Amino acid sequence: MKFSDFVAVDAIRSNIDADTKEGVIREMAQSLVDAGSVAAGDLESIVKAIMKREDLGSTGIGRGVAVPHTKHPSVRRLVGTVAVSHDGVDFESLDGEPVQLFFLLVSPPDRPGDHLRALENISRQLRDESFCKQLKSAKGPLEIQHLLEEADSHGVAS
Amino acid sequence: MNEQVVSREVVVGMRQGLHARPADILAREARKWRSRIELANAAQRVDGKSILEVLTLAAEAGTRLVVEATGPDAREAIEAIGSLFDSNFNEQHVEDNS
Repeated sequence: MKFSDFVAVDAIRSNIDADTKEGVIREMAQSLVDAGSVAAGDLESIVKAIMKREDLGSTGIGRGVAVPHTKHPSVRRLVGTVAVSHDGVDFESLDGEPVQLFFLLVSPPDRPGDHLRALENISRQLRDESFCKQLKSAKGPLEIQHLLEEADSHGVAS
Repeated sequence: MNEQVVSREVVVGMRQGLHARPADILAREARKWRSRIELANAAQRVDGKSILEVLTLAAEAGTRLVVEATGPDAREAIEAIGSLFDSNFNEQHVEDNS
């Protein structure tokens, strides 16, 4: 799976203001609403479901990256977006580091395989430290989009 | 130092596969041991102490993996990690429709 298979480019944010876990999740979910990827009426329920998932264990996977996510019956296919916080946000990650790079995923309840393949793609690409750094220091959403496209074209198709 | 290499096969029993939460639990457990912990599928071998690495396995339900520990506490480490898989990481099969 590639970034372009699930990232809503109009929802990419290169400089989010939120400084709490819930704030980040809300801002990203709102960006998916603004991009037309999820319905405004589902915003609250999606934010609540993602927070509930975070209560089970942080999705901060290290290297300043977190992957907040949930299953939600309102989506027909996996949708997601990318956001960067320049200051970093405490996400209770395994390595204790603040998180600057977020991938938010909302998947249909009956597609666990797609969700796993999206996580696989994100984690495989982020093993490249310079890619990680470039995303975190991107000047705008368009630059993030281009970095993702470049990663997609280099990646092994899977 | 007494370097042991111990390995065992495990099966991913969780319906959702080896997703972020079990990967987190696995990496946290692996980090408790001095031994190097590796997980392998047919295609690759990854560091069990890194969630990022574990997630690159994209191991769906039913996948067979080999867990290998190398170091002074390899046997205990494999026992602890094996039992996580045996208990399906305590995943409750409650479908969440909220």
